[in-house]
Amino acid sequence: MATWKKLSLLLSIIPLLLLLAYGFKTNPREVPSPLVGRQAPAFALSMFDGSSNSLEALRGKVVILNFWASWCFPACYEEAPHLEAAWQTYRDRGVMVIGVDIQDRDTEAKAFIERLKLSFPNGPDPQGKISIDYGIYGVPETFFIRKDGTIHYKHVGALDAKLLKAKIEEML
Amino acid sequence: MIATLGRFSLWLAFALAIYGAFVSLLGVRRRRPSLIESGQGAVFAIFGLTTFAVLLMEAGLVGRDFSLEYVARNASIETPLFYTIIALWGALEGSILLWIWLLALMTLLTVMIDGKRQPELIPYVTAILLCISAFFLLLVTLPANPFTTMLPAPLNGRGPNPLLQNHPLMAIHPPGLYAGYVGWSIPYAFGIAALITGRLGEGWIRTVRRWSIVSWAFLTVGIIVGGRWSYEVLGWGGYWAWDPVENASLLPWLTGTAFLHSIMIQERRKMLKIWNVALVIITFALTIFGTFLTRSGILSSVHAFSDSTVGPLFLVFIGLILFFSFGLLVYRSGKLQAEGDIDSLVSRESAFLANNLLLLGFAFAVLLGTLFPLLSEAVRGVKVSVGEPFFNAVNVPIGLGLIFLMAIGPLIAWRHASLDSLRRTFIRPLCLTILGASICWFLGVRGLYPFLAFALSLFTAITVIQEFASGAMTRRRNTGEGYLTALSKLTSRGRRRYGGLIVHLGVALVVVGITASSVFKLEQEVTLKQGESLQLGRYQVRFDELSAWQEPHRFVVQGNFTVFNSNHKVAEMRPAKRFYPTEQQPIGTVDVRSTAREDIYLVLSSFAQDGTTATVKALVRPLVMWIWFGGWVMVLGSLIAIWPDRRRALAADQVEERMAWQPGRS
Amino acid sequence: MQNVKGEKQRWAVCLLLAMVLGVWSSSILAGSIEDQTLLLAAELRCPVCQNLSVADSPSEMATQMRELILEKLKNGETLEQIRGYFVSRYGEWILLAPTRKGFNWIAWLLPLGVILGGAGIIVLRIRRAIRRGHGPNGDASRPLDPRYASRLEAELKESER
Repeated sequence: MATWKKLSLLLSIIPLLLLLAYGFKTNPREVPSPLVGRQAPAFALSMFDGSSNSLEALRGKVVILNFWASWCFPACYEEAPHLEAAWQTYRDRGVMVIGVDIQDRDTEAKAFIERLKLSFPNGPDPQGKISIDYGIYGVPETFFIRKDGTIHYKHVGALDAKLLKAKIEEML
Repeated sequence: MIATLGRFSLWLAFALAIYGAFVSLLGVRRRRPSLIESGQGAVFAIFGLTTFAVLLMEAGLVGRDFSLEYVARNASIETPLFYTIIALWGALEGSILLWIWLLALMTLLTVMIDGKRQPELIPYVTAILLCISAFFLLLVTLPANPFTTMLPAPLNGRGPNPLLQNHPLMAIHPPGLYAGYVGWSIPYAFGIAALITGRLGEGWIRTVRRWSIVSWAFLTVGIIVGGRWSYEVLGWGGYWAWDPVENASLLPWLTGTAFLHSIMIQERRKMLKIWNVALVIITFALTIFGTFLTRSGILSSVHAFSDSTVGPLFLVFIGLILFFSFGLLVYRSGKLQAEGDIDSLVSRESAFLANNLLLLGFAFAVLLGTLFPLLSEAVRGVKVSVGEPFFNAVNVPIGLGLIFLMAIGPLIAWRHASLDSLRRTFIRPLCLTILGASICWFLGVRGLYPFLAFALSLFTAITVIQEFASGAMTRRRNTGEGYLTALSKLTSRGRRRYGGLIVHLGVALVVVGITASSVFKLEQEVTLKQGESLQLGRYQVRFDELSAWQEPHRFVVQGNFTVFNSNHKVAEMRPAKRFYPTEQQPIGTVDVRSTAREDIYLVLSSFAQDGTTATVKALVRPLVMWIWFGGWVMVLGSLIAIWPDRRRALAADQVEERMAWQPGRS
Repeated sequence: MQNVKGEKQRWAVCLLLAMVLGVWSSSILAGSIEDQTLLLAAELRCPVCQNLSVADSPSEMATQMRELILEKLKNGETLEQIRGYFVSRYGEWILLAPTRKGFNWIAWLLPLGVILGGAGIIVLRIRRAIRRGHGPNGDASRPLDPRYASRLEAELKESER
């Protein structure tokens, strides 16, 4: 074998190792949403309390759209109080918090709302149409929708108070 | 107590591995047999120490010693004894411990069996195997220590992952796979030893042939049983999902298969010396790569152990292996000139070359597809998925080419096959295949790929049967033996060849099973009220009722179904959902009724809380059993091929020794 | 030689024809709306699972996706439109086979390239070896060791038998 062939054989190992090393930097379960920056998909939701809501009707408000489920423990249980607090703080400043309960049973979902004393509107997504429309691949996931109806930011996993506040302030 | 003893024995084993590797090398450099023997003593001691460590771990598990973190995470008071014992390989730390023990065992066997036969190579082999052991021992002494303690000890453990305590096949699948993975260390060590010493004749190949077949057979068992576990536990109705970790087990199997074939050319024709060493290096590196994928979490997979810190260490190890081995190979490549030449494009040799090409191409496509999501993200910043549709599209044509070669390869003459001999050999199988293929067409097999898959598998089976039949016939004519005696004598006279042919038959069975079960699958998912039935192919499935009960470690909801075949009751089937306190979502348990003709497969998807309705997913998959059966045929063939044949082996070795140092063609 | 070449071309044409036929027959197989649903679902990755398709996954999300595909097909949307819808929501990640364009061609074509390249090298080398050997019995200027030659012949004969 010629020397350059030998060397190139050995050197070709390096990119392979680099690629594998790159794997440590990325999380295979974290998939960026193509919806961010685009118009949020329209939805209509009938709430657990019997009222109904739609994105149309909320135009002009900042919307926090939170996808959750009662079986999602502990993440959904951790973030719900923060959402409730944000709702109490910002509801008079044109911010709407809406919870979408997915892949769940109504009785258990209602118990969840009861237990965590949630006062912001929550509704089920029985056919999964809203969750598919928003490209959900797990719970909890949260979309931050601007007043003009475009998506500002998507969060995967439990929210904390700091992030929630920062994102809402950005949109107001 | 257990923790202290365990940690101590692993540290001692680690120190001994370093010591043994060092003195083995020193002994062979300084020509001091006593040092080499001391190195082999270390091998014995390491085996003893690791056996002790495994027994300690088992004692901790069975004795429910929850002060051990591993026990607390993978066992509980309620876990049945059987699943407590096999929890040894239920998580990262324990599985590496098992790995080390298998490696120690195989190193010991190598030293005992081949120590006398390969005195020149064995010190290097010992040193290399001990270095590999040292790496894994380093993992269990530091980042993945199975003997980490917890204070205060919890009162009860979490129990094993429910998916791992659902099926007895978990007792075979991981150890089989690991034995297959670990086994390839030995051919690798011999290949490297041959490179270092310059004894690159056929001696090392002859020694590792058996080891390679054994490792290959274990890998086969691991893969097939893994598929069966996936089929019967994961509840999606399939046995192979082209998941990264599944692919990682297929990769060394493919390159190992290539190695098993190409060493035959080296043995017979003294060609492909560089290629064979390269193949054994690649195969070994891929076994480590497979472990790396399972344990690093860089690709998402059902089989991965999550949250592990051993990934970077594995990567460093892979890098070392690749640079060291290939560096040595290119350094030595001048010595590895072929002595023979290929004489014709139509010959056994070129069929083997084509087989190697396609096997490597197959492996390359699988590797590329597995890593492509990473590549795409690194280069384009876009996440993509590579799954079944891709792998089927790219690999099925390659696979069909391989089956074709599998059918014709063993029947083509070495060196040069004349047109006349080809005609004589293939005219009958060809006619029979055309006949069989027409029947397939008549039975409704359309689509190019399934049709080819059936026809080529049939072709393979016919050529194998023809080989056995004509061989036995000839013997019978010449010796007057009965058919059965002739057949068994024939097989035992050429164990390798006939064992290999049986393996081919097994592969053909597997291919038929895979094709039929994926092309002619029937599937339906329906919500049924009590007493209602669904119709699927020839079957009616009636939902009778739900039953539910509490077991010590879980709550079970079971659907009771009766299956009819045109009003004849065929079976009562009971798919269930099991609710574990540690899991958010219930774990489904499927019920499968298998016959040689087809499987009925029921999954309880969901149910109404009052028990009046149940949603059931029903599948009818033809010939699934052929896959499992074909797998065992492959193992049987391997067993025949390795069955010791002392008299002839010794004679062959003597010829080999005399010829070992013939000057090669420059 | 001419004859052989002609034969090869014939083979190539036959093979091509067979492939076209195969593609054709598999494309007309897609019959009812339910079949089309499963066909498309098999191309999509179930978002909540590990490496399972929407067609295979027993999860609730996958079930809902299959229902949505069926509904969209009933509304007259084409498979292409529905595929586009899922990509617009989940990104390319949702497709289990990378789209055949741009960078993704590497995944599709490189294996083929490697195999063809390898085949080229092998054929070239064998040709060269044959030319060097001048016929099936090897080069006369390179006498085989008699022991080796006899053993080779014996073994080869045995395995050919």
